[in-house]
Amino acid sequence: MAAKDGSKMSAAAIAAEKVDGFTRKSVRKAQQRQRRSLSSSQGSSQFRTHGAVPVDLSLSPLPQLMPECVNQQELFTQKLQQCCVLFDFFDSVTDLKSKEVKRATLNELVDYVSTNRGVLVEAAYPDITNMIITNIFRTLPPSDNPDFDPEEDEPTLEASWPHMQLVYEFLLRFLENPDFQPSIAKRYIDQRFVLQLLELFDTEDPRERDFLKTILHRIYGKFLGLRAFIRKQINNIFLRFIYESEHFNGVAELLEILGSIINGFALPLKAEHKQFLMKVLLPLHTAKALVLFHAQLAYCIVQFLEKDPTLTEPVIRGLLKFWPKTCSQKEVMFLGEMEEILDVIEPTQFKKIQEPLFKQISKCVTNPHFQVAERALYLWNNEYILSLIEENIDKILPLMFGSLYRISKEHWNPTIVALVYNVLKTLMEMNGSLFDDLTASYKNDRQRCGTPSRLNNPYPHTLSS
Amino acid sequence: PCCAIGPPGGADGDDSLYPIAVLIDELRNEDVQLRLNSIKKLSTIALALGVERTRTELLPFLTDTIYDEDEVLLALAEQLGNFTMLVGGPEYVHCLLPPLESLATVEETVVRDKAVESLRKISQEHSPVDLEVHFEPLVKRLASGDWFTSRTSACGLFSVCYPRVSSTVKAEIRQHFRTLCSDDTPMVRRAAASKLGEFAKVLELDYVKSDIISLFTALASDEQDSVRLLAVEACVSIATLLPQEDLETLVMPTLRQAAEDKSWRVRYMVADKFSELQKAVGPEITKNDLVPAFQNLLKDCEAEVRAAAANKVKEFCENLPEDNREQIIMTHILPCVKELVSDTNQHVKSALASVIMGLSTILGKDNTIEHLLPLFLAQLKDECPEVRLNIISNLDCVNEVIGIRQLSQSLLPAIVELAEDAKWRVRLAIIEYMPLLAGQLGVEFFDEKLNTLCMAWLIDHVYAIREAATCNLMKLVEKFGADWAQNTIVPKVLGMANDPNYLHRMTTLFCINALSDVCGRDITTKQMLPVVLKMSEDQVANVRFNVAKSLQKIGPVLEKITLQNQVKPVLDKLATDKDMDVKYFAHEALSGECLPYEYKKLQWSSMLCVLVYARPQLLDSS
Repeated sequence: MAAKDGSKMSAAAIAAEKVDGFTRKSVRKAQQRQRRSLSSSQGSSQFRTHGAVPVDLSLSPLPQLMPECVNQQELFTQKLQQCCVLFDFFDSVTDLKSKEVKRATLNELVDYVSTNRGVLVEAAYPDITNMIITNIFRTLPPSDNPDFDPEEDEPTLEASWPHMQLVYEFLLRFLENPDFQPSIAKRYIDQRFVLQLLELFDTEDPRERDFLKTILHRIYGKFLGLRAFIRKQINNIFLRFIYESEHFNGVAELLEILGSIINGFALPLKAEHKQFLMKVLLPLHTAKALVLFHAQLAYCIVQFLEKDPTLTEPVIRGLLKFWPKTCSQKEVMFLGEMEEILDVIEPTQFKKIQEPLFKQISKCVTNPHFQVAERALYLWNNEYILSLIEENIDKILPLMFGSLYRISKEHWNPTIVALVYNVLKTLMEMNGSLFDDLTASYKNDRQRCGTPSRLNNPYPHTLSS
Repeated sequence: PCCAIGPPGGADGDDSLYPIAVLIDELRNEDVQLRLNSIKKLSTIALALGVERTRTELLPFLTDTIYDEDEVLLALAEQLGNFTMLVGGPEYVHCLLPPLESLATVEETVVRDKAVESLRKISQEHSPVDLEVHFEPLVKRLASGDWFTSRTSACGLFSVCYPRVSSTVKAEIRQHFRTLCSDDTPMVRRAAASKLGEFAKVLELDYVKSDIISLFTALASDEQDSVRLLAVEACVSIATLLPQEDLETLVMPTLRQAAEDKSWRVRYMVADKFSELQKAVGPEITKNDLVPAFQNLLKDCEAEVRAAAANKVKEFCENLPEDNREQIIMTHILPCVKELVSDTNQHVKSALASVIMGLSTILGKDNTIEHLLPLFLAQLKDECPEVRLNIISNLDCVNEVIGIRQLSQSLLPAIVELAEDAKWRVRLAIIEYMPLLAGQLGVEFFDEKLNTLCMAWLIDHVYAIREAATCNLMKLVEKFGADWAQNTIVPKVLGMANDPNYLHRMTTLFCINALSDVCGRDITTKQMLPVVLKMSEDQVANVRFNVAKSLQKIGPVLEKITLQNQVKPVLDKLATDKDMDVKYFAHEALSGECLPYEYKKLQWSSMLCVLVYARPQLLDSS
């Protein structure tokens, strides 16, 4: 079956090649994957204990946990210890029985901590955390695919997921149990624990990252003493991502958590938080893989501005500094984020940044990539932005006029030309006399300088006309 | 826009300095490109301003403008490293510190690194007094900066000032370095760990033992693996500095721990630096400690680590102490190597294949035949082409020890398979080894088994392969001589001139271009030239203009009389061809002019660009 699919895939690839001479990256990569062994889409370093001597891993089932009976605490502990045995999931033949025993036990444990009251006695905490630490904390394996592209490639999935999922589930239920006591747990769920948890966010397996996100969020909520530490470590992860490695799979998840953290910041904002915004969140916009976490990042930024509108000016200036120079896809994202910001901007703040902002927007509308031009022109569909423009039409119209006028004559894409006409019409209605003055002086300039429109033409292919 | 610095040469303005005024003006231009251009000519500006105005006006101005685009800052950081003479020589070099200090604190890593590089450079130009008065305080300020960037930069500056300051200041510097090694930002600890070896080298031995070792131990057991792995690098320098008797107690516990670290990245680093580590710790420790460690790395659970270790197999064995080298290899290393030959990961196998042949010189003829040969043969049959290719590309080492004949029976199928591989890069790689193989296997073996392959490449559907095949023929003729060429390859090449595919006909011409020189005048005139001349009537214009090119190419090999009687008439005819390219190349050949066609085209189009792009700028500045 797999082989059949493979041949179909390559036939499609060849067809694609014939059409435009270039195979799409996804098709090429799919072929590479086909060529690699078909089973290797899973990875794990969980069972790679160094120089391991084969040990007897066989587990025998223990009696069922019954909360009402005596000695249940001891049995609970025994079961937790039993679950500390790790199995090799690359080897799908051996230890099948024991694997099943562990799975069933984990299931039972999840059930036990989520449905019963009074089971989380102080003495159980060390065994609980030890079981969790043994199972989930590990050095992530090297990526199977060194140029892993999260947009196109299938992620490598954690091979031991059948067990690990239940351990994560257990950790979550443990944290959410009404009897859970942070004051006891903080001896075990400490800075070191959090640090290791954060490192796991780099996993390629999205299922694992999803669990981690919820768990970290719970820990942040319950352990006040760890909050500053968690924020600082996330800071470090981001700074490393921006300035050192450019690689971390869990940026989106961490930003999602931060989004709700920022929401809860008290006013006035501490200097530490402002620094995080300016020195970490803004530079994150420079990342190559921005598309993977832009939505979450923009959400964080807007959260900050809603908290403290005076940050609007430095944020917009920061975005303008990092404005993409060659990547149209990113430019569209920046314009989207700008609209989100403008949606919540205060008119006094708007006045402070309108000039540099509209210089940039004016460049965007003349962009030969029609998606960029289109996204910029869509700003005029926003009622609130429109009202801000109208209020400041005497400043904004001169900045926009030249580009709009020129593009209305020269853009290759008819949709853009139509949009530009609408925008010009709107602007003309806002201040007709200024519009006429600008038209006159623009035409004058043109006559004086020969045919500047052709010389400034951004589309080289029309040069020969 | 008006400039902070007035035009040089007084208020009246000196016309000759006008360009400088423009440059200064452009330092403030809105267009990044113009600012960048201007920064790149900063030395010209400084030269024109003179040393005093550079110090009092230009540098403060630059220090103030350090909020620019990273690209401009990078250029600035680089320029300032070469500014010593422009501010008045070593006496005034400290004037450069303020702008560089600011640059060393910016976010962007490349800018910061460049600023540190320039600071390191100019530190050497400071007098010892200035170093203490100006430079060292700067290092201290950076080391205690608020944001991690300045502390990171400080890490790179300790080692350049340490050797030249007084002992009190030295103590302070050591203290600062210690603090940064336990900074709570991992970025700073990484920077410190990466400079640990360099810093150790400038320290007095006693301090290496007392200070550096404890820092090294701490960094090597840092909670972040990215810090721990950098400590491994430092380990090499530190071990080199210490006397042999201290290594065991001061370095080895940490190194052993690193070789068994739970993070594969750290183990990878150990594997990657293994030869350096081996040299640094000396033969005794190597025998007792590194051999078992190396075995473990070769058997590591992560393929990345195994591959890095496999890469070092030859070097490690070579550097073993000679007295029991063979015994160690045979009993400890070879069993691991044997397992790697059938590793599940192709990168591991191909890393091994690139060095395994080197073991034959170390182990000698008998061991090679008995133990290594089966491994070579197994790798020659490996499913992955890179593995086979790596074996074939290193055949020369084996050839010296046992002669290639031992391998030839297995070699041939491997070569044939690579020669027909679906990936053209693999085919290209094997072609490149053909001349070497031909030399080692001898002419008979070649004629019998490989000649057909070499000819088949000439009609490959990928141009790069045909081109390489042409070049390959030339190298073969250089090896086997013109007589061999005349009997074996020339007839086949010339036969292709009648091929229905014009690409193959062109290949004949390309071969002739390559071969005429090595085949000599006789063969060229009698056998090749007639074919070329006949092809001038080809119906495809590409063939015809290549005839013109070929004639130009082989001209020097021919006699004057031949040129006059045979070549010129044909070129004259081609010069009146209906196709303009054919005409062009015919004229080229006739005049012997060497300006390539493409170049002329290029010139024309670049002139157009100048015309198109120059105008708006002229308009702007008017």
